[in-house]
Amino acid sequence: MDFLNPVINGFAVVLEPTNLLYCLVGVVIGMLIGVLPGLGPAATIAILLPLTYNVEPVTAIIMLAGIFYGAQYGGTITSVLLRLPGEASSVVTVFDGYQMAKQGRAGTALGLASIGSFIGGTAAIIGLTFLAPLVASFALDFGPPEYTALALLGILLVATISNGAKAKALVAAALGLLLATVGRDIFTGESRFTFGSLQLADGIDFVPIAMGIFGLGEILYNLEERHRAAKAPSKVTNVWPSRNDLKQASGAIGRGSVLGFFLGILPGGGATIASMASYAMEKKRAKQPERFGKGAPEGVAGPETANNAAATSSFIPLLTLGIPANATMALMFGALLIQGVTPGPQLVEQNPELFWGVVNSMYIGNILLLIMSLPLVGIFVKILRVRAAILAPVTALITLLGAYTINNSMFDVTLVVVFGIIGYLMKKFGFEPGPLVLAFVLGELLESSMRRSLLVFGGDPSGFFGRPISATLLVVFVLVAVLPAIRAAIAKRKGTTASAGAATEGAAHTIKEKV
Amino acid sequence: MIPVTGTPPVPAGGSSAAAASGGDAPHSLPGDVLDDLTPEQLAAQWEEEKPPAAGALANAASSLVVIGVGIGAVVLSIAMGLGTPEKPQPGLWPFIISSVMVALGLFQLIAGRHNRDAEKFTRMSTAPLTGLVTLAAMVALMPLIGFELPALVLCIIWMRFLGGETWRSTLVVSAGVVIAFYGIFVLALNTSIPHLF
Repeated sequence: MDFLNPVINGFAVVLEPTNLLYCLVGVVIGMLIGVLPGLGPAATIAILLPLTYNVEPVTAIIMLAGIFYGAQYGGTITSVLLRLPGEASSVVTVFDGYQMAKQGRAGTALGLASIGSFIGGTAAIIGLTFLAPLVASFALDFGPPEYTALALLGILLVATISNGAKAKALVAAALGLLLATVGRDIFTGESRFTFGSLQLADGIDFVPIAMGIFGLGEILYNLEERHRAAKAPSKVTNVWPSRNDLKQASGAIGRGSVLGFFLGILPGGGATIASMASYAMEKKRAKQPERFGKGAPEGVAGPETANNAAATSSFIPLLTLGIPANATMALMFGALLIQGVTPGPQLVEQNPELFWGVVNSMYIGNILLLIMSLPLVGIFVKILRVRAAILAPVTALITLLGAYTINNSMFDVTLVVVFGIIGYLMKKFGFEPGPLVLAFVLGELLESSMRRSLLVFGGDPSGFFGRPISATLLVVFVLVAVLPAIRAAIAKRKGTTASAGAATEGAAHTIKEKV
Repeated sequence: MIPVTGTPPVPAGGSSAAAASGGDAPHSLPGDVLDDLTPEQLAAQWEEEKPPAAGALANAASSLVVIGVGIGAVVLSIAMGLGTPEKPQPGLWPFIISSVMVALGLFQLIAGRHNRDAEKFTRMSTAPLTGLVTLAAMVALMPLIGFELPALVLCIIWMRFLGGETWRSTLVVSAGVVIAFYGIFVLALNTSIPHLF
């Protein structure tokens, strides 16, 4: 029973009133931003980072995690009712969800989606509970060479799996690594890229970068996008699906849970890819695939389950290896670092109350979200009427004033605005901001482990290939880097054939990934 | 007789969706047209509603900026000293990254000529520009006159001119927002944000 003791202690942590309150705050904010147009979960988490300074680490992460998986629930509502995906991970829900709404079954679609989300989320927490300590114990013997390889692979995967041009995503990642070198060199103590500025001597803080690039950049970018005004229905009734509906969707929910869980673990994976994969799989498996796009309940239940499972399981690489799997997890990583907690394999052992507190809070969060999205869904449907025009200045002000409160300095506010401009221009020119923030977070780890490894190897880079795990990771790195080029060459020779998933993929690409 | 060939001009490749979504007006297509789209058509429609893609010039410009930043960093890294792999100087790691950046920039300059993932700056782009100016003004003015008045002006500009709210709702909501922020940041949290009152 040794294994279960810390798990049970984790529940004690969750049930502390403060943690319960922050969990509730997190999931409500998540649900709200899922419903409201404009900001995605990563932008919201970035903007709210200053809030986490004055609370316990476990409380802070409980809230931020709640925002992340809460947004997966909320995004469904706009997809189904307005055919506007609230989040990138709910894009495929539009296809069948909106058709169901047109047939007067909006309630059923939302009900199925929330039940699926709940099951997917809960299944993924249980999976996380058993898998995470295993991965962590395996990674305990990782040395600097393994971390070098792992960080490189993580950055590469996130960059190559993102939408848009891969080279541009890699440029963004390189820029992030470069920004991470600003300040004092940890090995020699010399200043790098500070241009004589005292404020840059200690390096650039993570928070202004995240708030600027993700938060303000997104706000500015949204100013340009005309938010299609849509009339929200005033009422949604009948959110409890019938037994027949549940029966029809149960297979999709089961498959979505498993698929989402595994896609979420992969670096660069996450909720968006999981939902698209699940939709494609359900369509392929269906006896009458032509029902898809015309209101098939599986087309809603599957992807919605998968995106929640993936959102939950993407915590595994962060909490066990210290490698964030996607941009949102990079923010969690940054938030933990601010609190003086370095995520990594030793986290489960050294900080069990943090680890299990966060994991177990997700059960509570999912129950709260189920309540909010079944009996209380009417409230959130009403919130659909809040206009983007009113929301934008409020979020911008929260960002600026929040940035000031970090160190009580205008310098941070100025940095946020500067990075806001960079973030906006990056989006405009097709550079994903996600890889930049991820690479920035991993930059110091990558440099220091690489230099430590080289010290161990006596300056010989081939030493990385002398250790089995780092060698394997680096081989995968090379494969990932080279494979797209090979595949493109083969495709060119064959002449491309339109695949079944092409349409859904295309649709997801047009909605710029909302970070 | 008027020759039949002189039919009224039809916008090339245009559809009602493209025409309706072009302007500032909120999207107001008849629901029936929209409702019967298959996922493929829906995807195509989203594609149409996207801001227009920028051409080769944007790619060249952004690639050149990347190359420029990369070369600058290479020069600065070399100035910091590279050292050898077993005895690295502070410049070695930034040198590696910035070299990769220059290489990627060159690759993008040539291979990305036909990419359409950048967006054109249109008339709509004045909105973020205006937003940016107000933000910069707020940053400049906050230490001098406190946050309240700049925040109020920012809200009014964003809601009335960028968002197209009515004057009435703009003024009511803006005042409410500033009062709420004053309550949260000054009265409740007692932060040291510069404030006038």
